[in-house]
Amino acid sequence: MTMLESMRSYMRRDQVFEFLIPDTPPDLDLSHGMILYLEGITVSFDGFVAIDNLNLYIRDAELRCIIGPNGAGKTTMMDIITGKTRPDSGSAWFGQQINLLRLSEPEIARAGIGRKFQKPTVFGHHTVFENLELAMAGERGVWSTLAARLDGEQRDRIDEILALIGLQELVRVRAGALSHGQKQWLEIGMLLAQNPRLLLVDEPVAGMTGQEMERTAELLTSLAGTHTVVVVEHDMDFVRSIARTVTVLHQGSVLAEGSMDEIQNDQRVIDVYLGD
Amino acid sequence: MNLLRSLFARDTGGTILLALLGLAAVLVPICNLALDPGTPLHVSTYTMALLGKYLCYALLAIAVDLVWGYLGILTLGHGAFFALGGYAMGMYLMRQIGARGVYGNPVLPDFMVFLNWQHLPWFWHGFNWFWFAALMVLLVPGLLALVFGWFTFRSRVSGVYLSIMTQALTYALMLAFFRNEMGFGGNNGLTDFKEILGFPLQADTTRAGLFVASALALAGGYLGCRHITGSRLGRVCRAIRDQEDRVRFLGYRVEDAKLWVFTFSAMLAGIAGALYVPQVGIINPTEFSPLASIEIVVWVAVGGRSTLYGAVIGALMVNYAKSFLTAAMPDAWLFCLGALFVLVTLFLPDGVAGLLRRRKRATTGTAPVLPAAPGETRP
Repeated sequence: MTMLESMRSYMRRDQVFEFLIPDTPPDLDLSHGMILYLEGITVSFDGFVAIDNLNLYIRDAELRCIIGPNGAGKTTMMDIITGKTRPDSGSAWFGQQINLLRLSEPEIARAGIGRKFQKPTVFGHHTVFENLELAMAGERGVWSTLAARLDGEQRDRIDEILALIGLQELVRVRAGALSHGQKQWLEIGMLLAQNPRLLLVDEPVAGMTGQEMERTAELLTSLAGTHTVVVVEHDMDFVRSIARTVTVLHQGSVLAEGSMDEIQNDQRVIDVYLGD
Repeated sequence: MNLLRSLFARDTGGTILLALLGLAAVLVPICNLALDPGTPLHVSTYTMALLGKYLCYALLAIAVDLVWGYLGILTLGHGAFFALGGYAMGMYLMRQIGARGVYGNPVLPDFMVFLNWQHLPWFWHGFNWFWFAALMVLLVPGLLALVFGWFTFRSRVSGVYLSIMTQALTYALMLAFFRNEMGFGGNNGLTDFKEILGFPLQADTTRAGLFVASALALAGGYLGCRHITGSRLGRVCRAIRDQEDRVRFLGYRVEDAKLWVFTFSAMLAGIAGALYVPQVGIINPTEFSPLASIEIVVWVAVGGRSTLYGAVIGALMVNYAKSFLTAAMPDAWLFCLGALFVLVTLFLPDGVAGLLRRRKRATTGTAPVLPAAPGETRP
């Protein structure tokens, strides 16, 4: 009798053995309209609490701006989402199914989260074209990259992106020789080539002229709707020009959240950030 | 044909290298075998063996350039893979001696008889077949690199720490191979070889054959590495060299790329070692010494990193200088090697290959597309 029971417990039809569950992350499930859940995240470095019980929810296809004074934990938050830093506690989910805390950086990138860094990080010894080629969505394995060739569609896509970021003339130039603003654009182009569902953009307009800023704002707003865009930015004019919802971080947790007008009139935000 | 054309289209240095190699592979054996020793164009067997040895070193240098110049892994232990390939070949050559050894034992090599061993150790079995030894030449260095790389790359050891670990790896192997109980001939190593595939090793024709084989191996190794560096995988590798973290955020598994390219490089080093041993007639644990591995890095630095053909130039130049100087002024060699490394690092950061490229640009008047941005340095 007991044997039969133990047999039954092993043969349950409504369960799958742990080792039979595939390692690859499940597809992005957006059935509840939320693309990113950060709940109760806490990170400390040597006793310094960088993120303190942070709760943040991002809706699918929205454009969210995150502002906050230096040291508010904005970059650390991005590090957690992209897998560079592991939190001490809390949970981070991408859609309903993908647990970000169990994936490595490349796996998170392939699941559909792209990141633009604060300091433009392009591959200086590669040409502009090669930078975009490397970012281009596609196979990432060793053997498939050994045999990889760009097909016509991908070439067209790269040309399209080049036109968008205004670097057509500089395709064969090494990225290290570009100006700061051009590197910013190239990195945005790489993000586009990667075609992620969620774009994390850290200070995109640092070092750009007013006109370039306008173009960036245009580009980011046009992306929202098909992609989810999270922008961390210091430049308040820029935030005002693109923001629909703004989240203010302060000392590692969310201080306020709402439309730009609400934020600007919030006394706590004025005290810690907008004030002087 | 298309593949070949695209391979040579943007690689002048490599095309010249392959042409010269082809020329040498034909002319040197002819000048040795067909010409009378009295004629001025005659190449002595000694010179041919020396050149063959240099070609093996050049193949080793290419293997190091692939991981150092393109992947940013400064390996100070590639001599270990070279020596392991050499030992695998040496074991085959030992078994070929048969009963012609000093002690006349048909199965056991001399040093085992000397140590009073009764049976052939298990890991010596199979080495009486050439195909088995050839397989081991690839597998042993490849597996070691795979295991070593799996542990180190996965735990993200990089930079100086990785260099030190490669150094420790080769040093540990050297100490192990010095022990008689290991069964590889202790500090005497393996020597007294008689024949390879039935051809006597002392014969000029065999020497010529080994020279041609070395030239072919070098050409093949060069083409293999070129194929990797010219592919998207090669561009991923260079990206890893420059910005490892960024590559991860693009979705590439950095560890995998490092692991497979490192393993391929170790196998090339093994082939170089296997061709080296029959030409010099001995393999002993000093090949594992850390100094030997550092010397390889100097060859690559002198020739010029990340060009592949530069590594060949460096290996040939430095080894020619070494042969010349160790004969003329034996004590001065190490000082010269050190000075060479310092001078090249200070005044020729791109090595001889970089110098050639700059010269070419100056004479043809074509500027590079754009100069590098100020403050940009190579890692």
